[in-house]
Amino acid sequence: METLIQQLFNGLTVGSVYSLVALGLTLVFGILHIPNFAHGALYMLGGYVTLTMMTSLGLHYWVAILLSMLAVGLIAVLMERLIFHPLKDAPPLQDKIAAIGILLFLEALAQFIWGADYKTMPTPYGQVIEIGGLTITLQRLLIVAAAIVIMIGLHLFLRKTMTGSSIIAMAQNRDGAFLVGINANKVAMLTFLISGALAAIAASLAAPINLVSPGMGHLVILKAFVIIIIGGMGSIPGAILGGYILGFSESLGAAYISNDYKDLIAFVLLVLILSIKPQGLFVKEGHS
Amino acid sequence: MNGANIKKILLPAVLLLSLLFPLVIQNEYYLHIMTLAFIWIIAVYGLNLIAGYTGYLSLAHAGFFAIGAYAISVLTVKAEMNYWLAFLLSVLITSIIGFFIGLIALRTKEHYFAIYTLCVGYIIYLVIYKWEELTGGVRGFIGIPAPPPIGSISFDETVPMYYLVLFFLIIGMVAMYRIVHSLSGRTYKAIRNSEDLAASIGISTMRNKLAAFVLSTAYAGVAGALYASLIRFIGPDIGYTNIIFDMLIYLLVGGIGTLSGPVIGTILVVWVSQNLQFLQDYRMLIFGPLLTFLIIFYPKGIAGSFIQWRQKQKEKAIQKESAQIQGREAETKI
Repeated sequence: METLIQQLFNGLTVGSVYSLVALGLTLVFGILHIPNFAHGALYMLGGYVTLTMMTSLGLHYWVAILLSMLAVGLIAVLMERLIFHPLKDAPPLQDKIAAIGILLFLEALAQFIWGADYKTMPTPYGQVIEIGGLTITLQRLLIVAAAIVIMIGLHLFLRKTMTGSSIIAMAQNRDGAFLVGINANKVAMLTFLISGALAAIAASLAAPINLVSPGMGHLVILKAFVIIIIGGMGSIPGAILGGYILGFSESLGAAYISNDYKDLIAFVLLVLILSIKPQGLFVKEGHS
Repeated sequence: MNGANIKKILLPAVLLLSLLFPLVIQNEYYLHIMTLAFIWIIAVYGLNLIAGYTGYLSLAHAGFFAIGAYAISVLTVKAEMNYWLAFLLSVLITSIIGFFIGLIALRTKEHYFAIYTLCVGYIIYLVIYKWEELTGGVRGFIGIPAPPPIGSISFDETVPMYYLVLFFLIIGMVAMYRIVHSLSGRTYKAIRNSEDLAASIGISTMRNKLAAFVLSTAYAGVAGALYASLIRFIGPDIGYTNIIFDMLIYLLVGGIGTLSGPVIGTILVVWVSQNLQFLQDYRMLIFGPLLTFLIIFYPKGIAGSFIQWRQKQKEKAIQKESAQIQGREAETKI
């Protein structure tokens, strides 16, 4: 019973990180219909920038995270301006390949600047606490809490502010959004900014319990894609729900099936789902 | 010079060049690199058929390459089978696996297909990595035999192996030419241009897509089997996503959806990378932006841009001619 609860909590932590990454991916897809393969590289950069701010500049964890969110968000905006914007009328094959090009570049760049070896990120929240027989590090608790706060914040931003509503409007109906005078360029840039910032904070939160390396984004981005297909490409609640579903099934699978093959769970899940429903679950209807 | 003439001169010239290459270049290392480039070309042709001609970006191609390489390794090293029988079987195995994956994967479209195949590629990699009893896990395979000698020609040496791979490449190219110019090839292009339109004129899109996909995996299987026999040891890395990205760069530099693109792109990029060896892991600092730059400004690659340029020249010539004719007509009227 205790292992079960422990595993469920692990699933919650991992799921929180997945959800944050998938949220950024799904936002971009909802607006621009681009599967941003370079999103994993943004995640990786987020980890490195936070780490550098903390170790070289000696900044506090939270300050470093904030700066990292800003920096990665700006890189994402730059990416939109320089690459995805010029390709907006191109066939779908092209922006996928362009995104792969950026991914390769950013990974090589990270390796060039920071080296190929794994790095550990220090955290001021390394304490271990016990709640009813459960041993939990404070960092894990922090991940879960922070993810919830961010999700609520994002929800409020998207639903309650004018700027946020314009993102929703454009995701729902591009032409309609243009008709009521929404500036497509601004919305696209804003979406990339948010998406980059989400990737950065997800990486910064997860890095103390994992490690920082140039390839740290590989698996995460693949799993994020699995999540947004499960949750419906472009759907925000779908990304959150999908993230937690995957987190739970991975931690339970690792405990009760096989730790070796736990990374396969996501992909097998995806292959099964797409085999039965080629359009993905919860597909949005009415427009494409 | 019109298109037919260029082909008539260029094709035999390139063929002669490739045949004479080992006689001119005595450096074993360069020959080895060229042989390796030929193997990549075969694999890239497969990718070109499904991504370039049919319009489905399959990111599992490196996985099929690895399946071909591992199949021949298991059959020759573990099962100690006759080499050529094993070769045939490994291509068959790759195609059969390709058939079943294609059957499911091709029900998805566009982004879904790319993501789905990316995940399939990753599953293939993970299975190879973790299934130690069969694949040797992270240690991989050593001691894969070279093709058995024919008469006194031993394929342990660089030059005979070069010609053997060249032989397969030429067969692959001729077959690809026939495929692309057949009714099936036109059907693939129709599917690429508009799948709904193709379906509406009575094309069975699924059957044709599946045929293109299985053919593309067969090319990957041949390339993988040749790779294993040339390098003689393999590890799970050959199925990793980096390999598919390399293939994509080769294809895009040369020209996606063209027959000469895979040859031009692969040979060019392989030789440039050879000269950039000091960059090692950082070569993507150059090739990553290059890939993005190409796709924005020259999405058709070298071969495609050349074909486009020639077509424009032709159009200009026609326009000039018709202008002259009109001018003359005007003169006669006066």
